[in-house]
Amino acid sequence: MPWSMGKDSNVLIWLARKAFAGKVPFPLLHIDTTYEFPEMYTFREWATKEHELDLLIRINQDAIDRGVSYATHDPVTVTHELKTLALRAALDEYKWDALITGIRRDEDPTRAKERHFSPRSAEGVWDYKDQPPEFWGQFASRPPAGGHVRVQPLLEWTELDIWEYIRREAIPIPTLYYARDGKRFRSLGCHPITHPVPSEADTIDKVIDELRLTRTSERSGRAQDHHERNAMQKLRAKGFM
Amino acid sequence: MSALAPATYTAQTETDVGRLHVVVVGHVDHGKSTFVGRLLHDTESLPEGKIEQVKKACAAEGMDFEYAFLLDALLEEQEQNITIDTTRIFFRTKKRNYAIIDAPGHREFLKNMVTGAASASAALLVIDAQEGVMDQSRRHAVLLSLLGVKQLVVLVNKMDLVKHDAATFQRIETEYTAFLASLGLKAARFIPIAARHGDNVVTRSQVMAWYKGPTVAEALDDLVHVDNVAGLPLRMPVSDIYRFDHRRIIAGRVESGSLRPGEPLVFLPGGRSTTVRAFEDWPITKRDVVPTGASAGFTLEEQIFVERGQIAAHPSHAPRVGREFRARIFWLGREPLALGRSYRLRLGTQDVPAFVSRIHSITDADTLAATQGDSVPKDAVADIVLRTAAPIAYDLHHECPVTGRFAIEDGERIAGGGIITEEVSSSQTNGKGRVTPAERIARHGHGPAILWFTGLSGSGKSTLSESVERRLFDSGKHVLRVDGDELRSSLSRDLGFTPEARAESVRRAAAVAGLFADTGAIVLVTLIAPLAADREKSRRALARHAFLEVFVDAPLAVCESRDPKGLYAKVRRGEIREFTGISSPYEAPQDPEVHVRTDQVDLAAATEQVLAAIDAAVREPREDWEV
Repeated sequence: MPWSMGKDSNVLIWLARKAFAGKVPFPLLHIDTTYEFPEMYTFREWATKEHELDLLIRINQDAIDRGVSYATHDPVTVTHELKTLALRAALDEYKWDALITGIRRDEDPTRAKERHFSPRSAEGVWDYKDQPPEFWGQFASRPPAGGHVRVQPLLEWTELDIWEYIRREAIPIPTLYYARDGKRFRSLGCHPITHPVPSEADTIDKVIDELRLTRTSERSGRAQDHHERNAMQKLRAKGFM
Repeated sequence: MSALAPATYTAQTETDVGRLHVVVVGHVDHGKSTFVGRLLHDTESLPEGKIEQVKKACAAEGMDFEYAFLLDALLEEQEQNITIDTTRIFFRTKKRNYAIIDAPGHREFLKNMVTGAASASAALLVIDAQEGVMDQSRRHAVLLSLLGVKQLVVLVNKMDLVKHDAATFQRIETEYTAFLASLGLKAARFIPIAARHGDNVVTRSQVMAWYKGPTVAEALDDLVHVDNVAGLPLRMPVSDIYRFDHRRIIAGRVESGSLRPGEPLVFLPGGRSTTVRAFEDWPITKRDVVPTGASAGFTLEEQIFVERGQIAAHPSHAPRVGREFRARIFWLGREPLALGRSYRLRLGTQDVPAFVSRIHSITDADTLAATQGDSVPKDAVADIVLRTAAPIAYDLHHECPVTGRFAIEDGERIAGGGIITEEVSSSQTNGKGRVTPAERIARHGHGPAILWFTGLSGSGKSTLSESVERRLFDSGKHVLRVDGDELRSSLSRDLGFTPEARAESVRRAAAVAGLFADTGAIVLVTLIAPLAADREKSRRALARHAFLEVFVDAPLAVCESRDPKGLYAKVRRGEIREFTGISSPYEAPQDPEVHVRTDQVDLAAATEQVLAAIDAAVREPREDWEV
């Protein structure tokens, strides 16, 4: 199960612990871009102990050695190199049958088209034009030959659902989501391309109140989505989550 | 069902009484997208600046603004060129939150509509006032009835194009009400709307003052969640059994009814009973009851056998257990659903091989005409009898919907689904004249296969074939062994050990195996058959059946050290002269279907290896063998 340490990712860990009597029975994978906020590394260390996680960390060192960086490259390229390619390498190494992801339909139009169980071919391709039907709790649970299935339990949740659930269950999340000096992060990614939004919401109740009224999109502070038209579509077709 | 499904999804706040899922269906071009665009706009559910952005884009392209573009823009359908798919669109009224499952028409429409509608509490069916009831208006209603979507609101759209005429609206209402009644459906409301202008969507129409009923938004707020149907018996399909520590925790989701500690439970099929000791929640919480839709992990008072797939129920209200039932199905597969072919049936967490043993009728999705046939084409609806390879627990759909419906898998794809309408007595036969291969397949729940175990004396042919036979027999398969040594003392006791006599012995064994396979059995032949040419002749003679050569392989020294029958000792003492591997040749198979190294893997692993090969063979039986 990939773990970005973001709010949705921490909800997933919580659900996994609930589903499996307190223990996450599978390994977690952090694709470390080396551009995480310092708070996130602290949180990673703390949460790994707290949840007793079996954590794998992968870095695309080759790309970093080749000089791929936000200083010299565009965000779509860096995201592809440091996230997608690192994920693909881990998939090749471990040959997992399934990846449990925390994506949601309301984040992005291409994610809106996703299924709860979404097959990926051996080449990692998402065949969005011919997706399996899913109904009555029956899903495409058998991975295609050489490929894997993306299992996406949060697909139907909204950003507000996530926050209300975090409040109800008191799930630990990084403090970057709360406002400091009139700004807070609504979505977290690599620090050079993730920008805070104006907000006074410094408690979870205020965040929820803010979200009830907002009409701006959650990922508006994530530069790679807006770098060019269809950026998200291009990233996802190549295996980005 | 996923163990991670949000059991806590019923999270409620003071303003939110749970999101209601609504599917929008109807004939192509009757205005579904326009309606959804208008609804989003009028309920102020659009992201900031979206409407201005679309209006600007329209102006730039020299086009008139359409509310349908809003939806397209929201989904970025056009610019991203993604084939339209079921997509959740969220909106809110003052009363509650909604997710609209928009399902516009295209080639893969039905698959996506099924995906959307199966999770919907209600359907909005759009009919063009000018065009009236069309093919898809009817087809979609047929599917809604199959999918169990009972709450239906019919929107008679484009009223502006018929001069807001009340008589036109009433004519459509009368005609369509009669059609719905033939499907056992009844619309909660018929609402005249003009989506383009917003009439009766959220705002009451001034020009249709003759209409006194609710607007669409009001009608939506009157609908109820169907996920929480009261009065149904407890059904909890077991998804897993955890043994992370000293506890043995049964896990699953309560699909209907509710579960309490101290209650007696029966696990079906299988049928053992015990009581629930305690819920094992993390974090530790005190739950007295697990309601419908919530997941549970619990321990039992007695350590009875429980496995994934079983349905936990109260003994007084247990599901049925059987191998054959009648069902109404929809088929979405690339290949037609064929009589006698092997599929997998998934009901709750049960997953078993199944065959279509009868097709009563096939309903064409466009014309709704019922026809007869041996296969159900893509996008059709049919009335069939299914037979499973092993007993399953189920309910009739009208008694308990959640365990009265199933999916059918073809290969690794979900290709259809259906609802169970009646129990079929398994002794019932319907055929005339000669018994066909398809009927035999239907009875056994699998097709025939011949496994030819070859290898040196002492390599483990008998041991392995007995182990395989036991496993197949225990899983309900029709299986038997044809043993070379036994044939030598009966059918072939006239034969000696010359090359000609050996060839004849192999031929006779093959003929016997073929006869048994003709009855639909899985036949395990154990015979040294040292010459490749003899084995090849057998394969050709049995070409009508799946034929798997199983090379039971161990080095001669290993076989001699085992010497289960003391034969090697006799050879070494000179008491046997012609002995395969020592004094006469053994031609090892060059390209066997299964190659088992009995000196390298244990019996359990060897058995699994053979079973996997059988599974693949009997799942795609040939239906055309000549008897």
